Amino acid sequence: MTETNISTKGSDWGYAPAPESADHFKLKEQYGLFIGGKFVPAGSGRRFATINPANEKTLAQIADAGEKDVDKAVKAARTAYEKVWRKMPGRERGKYLYRIARIIQERARELAVVESMDGGKPIRESRDVDIPLAAAHFFYHAGWADKLGYAFPGKSAGPIGVAGQIIPWNFPLLMVAWKVAPALACGNTVVLKPAETTPLTALLFAEICQEAGLPDGVFNCITGAGSTGAALVKHPGLDKVAFTGSTDVGKAIQKSLAGRSTKLTLELGGKAANIIFEDAAIDQAVEGIINGIFFNQGHVCCAGSRLLVQESVEQEVVEKLKARMEHLIVGDPLDKNTDIGAINSKAQCERIQDYLKVGQDEGAELFQTKCPVPEKGYWVRPSFFTKVAQSHRIVQEEIFGPVLAIQSFRTLDEALEKANNTPYGLSGGVWTDKGAKIFKVTRGIKAGVIWANTFNKFDPSSPFGGYKESGYGREGGRHGLRPYVELS
Amino acid sequence: MSSSLTVSTNLNLQAHPVDEVGIRERVARLATRSIKKASKVEGLKLALSMVDLTTLEGADTPGKVRQLCTKAIHLHSGRKDLPMVAAVCVYPTMVRIAREALQGTPIQVAAVATAFPSGMNPLAVKLEDTRYAVAEGAHEIDMVISRGDFLRGDYARVANEIEQVKEACGKAHLKVILETGELGTLDRVRLASDIAMQSGADFIKTSTGKIQPAATPEVVLVMLQAISDFYRKTGKRIGMKPAGGIANAKAALNLLIMVREVLGPAWLTPSLFRIGASKLPNDMLMQLEKERTGVYQGLDYFSND
Repeated sequence: MTETNISTKGSDWGYAPAPESADHFKLKEQYGLFIGGKFVPAGSGRRFATINPANEKTLAQIADAGEKDVDKAVKAARTAYEKVWRKMPGRERGKYLYRIARIIQERARELAVVESMDGGKPIRESRDVDIPLAAAHFFYHAGWADKLGYAFPGKSAGPIGVAGQIIPWNFPLLMVAWKVAPALACGNTVVLKPAETTPLTALLFAEICQEAGLPDGVFNCITGAGSTGAALVKHPGLDKVAFTGSTDVGKAIQKSLAGRSTKLTLELGGKAANIIFEDAAIDQAVEGIINGIFFNQGHVCCAGSRLLVQESVEQEVVEKLKARMEHLIVGDPLDKNTDIGAINSKAQCERIQDYLKVGQDEGAELFQTKCPVPEKGYWVRPSFFTKVAQSHRIVQEEIFGPVLAIQSFRTLDEALEKANNTPYGLSGGVWTDKGAKIFKVTRGIKAGVIWANTFNKFDPSSPFGGYKESGYGREGGRHGLRPYVELS
Repeated sequence: MSSSLTVSTNLNLQAHPVDEVGIRERVARLATRSIKKASKVEGLKLALSMVDLTTLEGADTPGKVRQLCTKAIHLHSGRKDLPMVAAVCVYPTMVRIAREALQGTPIQVAAVATAFPSGMNPLAVKLEDTRYAVAEGAHEIDMVISRGDFLRGDYARVANEIEQVKEACGKAHLKVILETGELGTLDRVRLASDIAMQSGADFIKTSTGKIQPAATPEVVLVMLQAISDFYRKTGKRIGMKPAGGIANAKAALNLLIMVREVLGPAWLTPSLFRIGASKLPNDMLMQLEKERTGVYQGLDYFSND
């Protein structure tokens, strides 16, 4: 071109802040326990604060349930079970679940904002993933309530009784839905203990149960820390315990239930291998790595925290991953452009920082993106380690943060061996353009869920759960009904 | 006039599989970026500076082309803060008129050539078409690939044609139109992009605008990824031009988001990114006026040229 005057300089055009507004609802200053259909203070009068991990400000005061409160809640659940819920025809139970699902949809915006404020996850995820999926779980299980005979052909499926359910802080409302929807659909009543760092959406869910006219005592919510959970598990009035959380706590629960007839399902940790073959669609695989480990700040039990990449494409994948990671925006969870929000709590943030140090001490090479992070609050930049070995702690232990360990492999067998060489068995991923290879890998990995050419996909109709130290029992789908029914 | 089939570069036809589901998800995620206020105003001005303002009708007249050139220089009366568009895109017989009308401005004149839009003519005619447009003063040539040869698997012939057209361009920049709406799969879009870049394209371009679907976000993303890989391997920056079906300001901003996050800020310049459009600028102007005045104005307040 002879006379070009066109600018050849790139533009630094970027995105202005786009915060989701939080002024369309008002949180209460304090929340009580939800027992027998009413909000009541803790017997001891004790409260604890729940804070916003993005700015360390207190959001509300929460009642701290002790043994007596737990007892009251279990008794309320028992009364509701015997007098109302177990006798109610499935069709009628289903109506309540449909109603709850619809109210979750109606209040979706409020729930999404509160979820992001209380837990630190980006609004994009709470708005597009957590809340819609929670509603979907209620819709799905509402459909099962009057069709349990079809789920278990030739058998009669009856309820078990009172279920004590303890859920973690990574997907607060979604875990409420995973636990409560199948329990109620099958005719059981529930005492739920949400995590102490993220109790708010469970308490809003209690309001939703009131709004839906759910009979008193069918759903009860007791808030508190580990001791409240321990008191719940110890209570002799439970017929069933369901726990999602760390493997250590899961083991303790199993011990404390030994010798009792209480049924138990555990959904514990994971250290999933995400396997990328040289014939994969590399750009989409890189996106899959991002979704696998940086979704929800890596606070995901099924996170793809170990990347196994075929050696011929290792360099390409690592280069592309770095470039892609530099576009991840870390910051205000309420900003619609935020990709990675705040780490859920100070304790978890310290734990992750600790692993970053351990990894480097063990000789692995750390990469972190350069994006700025706010001063207040708890943050970890998206990170990965290269030059890691199977024996490294960052490969063996669940970090539960935005930290990926990258290893390479040469043959399919080597990939499978590395993938299985872990105490966990919750999930896995495989990326290849060859169908046959997908089946070889999925058959070869001992894990509850394996995603092919995608990652972190959830659906109410798809069973989820693990092997080995990742727990037992399944949630979702027909399999997820089984732990909540007595077959005869 | 040679029509031999020797391809001077070694065509590397290494497969780069494209996963359509993954592409759709990435597109959806990129579309969740929220562009507000200052960022929106700045983005719209940037996008306007990248427009190839186009008229490619059989009914085009010298008067219409002059009118379009005036619009290219003065996008909206009374606003001094707007950029000029990057280029005006016309048929070869209109190049001289456009050059005269744009005299003294930095606006480029692009001509479609090589038996646009179908490409269904012998190579000799296509080369002559190209030489004519360049001789008339075109700074840029937008050629079409032979989709028939490509779909038949005759990649060498496609590459050879691009090479010869490039040679016929001389100093003019070459944009290679893949006409993705006729290629059928994203895998083929990727392959066609690779062939075009290896054969000397300065830009790769989605569509003629005469076939639907045209510049879908999925197709654009695949082409941007191809450009990124080509840069990684060769260090050479190839430009990108989506054209056809980019209907509104939101779609234009989404394109900028894609370029920014796939190729990086270095590509956010009219010398590496263009948007082929005729109606699009008015919607962007309407948004800019809304940001300035706080209210939307009717289409009657924006000139149709």
